Amino acid sequence: MELETGAKEVLNHHYPSTLESVDVAEGEILKRAEEAGFDEDNRHRIGMAVRECMVNAVVHGNRYNRNKRVRVSAFIEKIEPAAAADSNVRFTVRITDEGEGFEMQEVPDPLHDSNLLRHSGRGLFLMGAFMDDMKVRKVAPAGTEVTLVKNCGPKES
Amino acid sequence: MSVKLNTRQVGDVTVIDVSGRITLGEGSSALRDALRELVAKGNKKILLNLGDVSYIDSSGIGELVSGFTTVANQGGTLKLLSLTKRVKDLLQITKLYTVFDVHEDEAHAVRSFA
Repeated sequence: MELETGAKEVLNHHYPSTLESVDVAEGEILKRAEEAGFDEDNRHRIGMAVRECMVNAVVHGNRYNRNKRVRVSAFIEKIEPAAAADSNVRFTVRITDEGEGFEMQEVPDPLHDSNLLRHSGRGLFLMGAFMDDMKVRKVAPAGTEVTLVKNCGPKES
Repeated sequence: MSVKLNTRQVGDVTVIDVSGRITLGEGSSALRDALRELVAKGNKKILLNLGDVSYIDSSGIGELVSGFTTVANQGGTLKLLSLTKRVKDLLQITKLYTVFDVHEDEAHAVRSFA
């Protein structure tokens, strides 16, 4: 499906709130990322970001609730090189849960000295580190939508 | 492939050879259980060989940190051996690379416990 922005929707699926869904969604996104032209290193980064995001959605958002789903959609958009350095493809992944949501400013900084030895709390940071852009917003009636963006340069001939 | 753990003794150092993926679920819990068991048995010098770890997520990083503090709280030391580039990068961007004592060579790592 082609959207008004020119972006082509390449995935739109609702997954049950299980850890198996994390693996399945990661695999589906990696296939699309390969089709979009990303090299292995960038596919690894995209896969990790999606995995962290799915884990957050399943575990912290939907809390494994069988009645709640995680929606995963992905878009590929051709862009002019001037719009994003040397990139010519923008790959966008949107992951939405049905949980109670959270405030970004309340998430502790995992790089702060006092948090370095915490067991958890690195997922959001890693998503941001591995992707070119990340946006988090609450959605109605309940849930959190995370948008992850990765730009891909021209393929080498 | 899920995680596989093999424990062996080199002098008074316990080496755990880890291979596969350390991710939320089976992978990270297997590592947690193995470290807790070793600590409960009184092992105080533990070397975690991550040379064959293909993938680690934030949950896996959390288990490394928990293992580090669990062993330290019992008066022991946990060190890391043979990080792949991706695991090394992950520890660097999370500022954990300097928290752990990381070695490339097993013999050198074993001697460093003395």
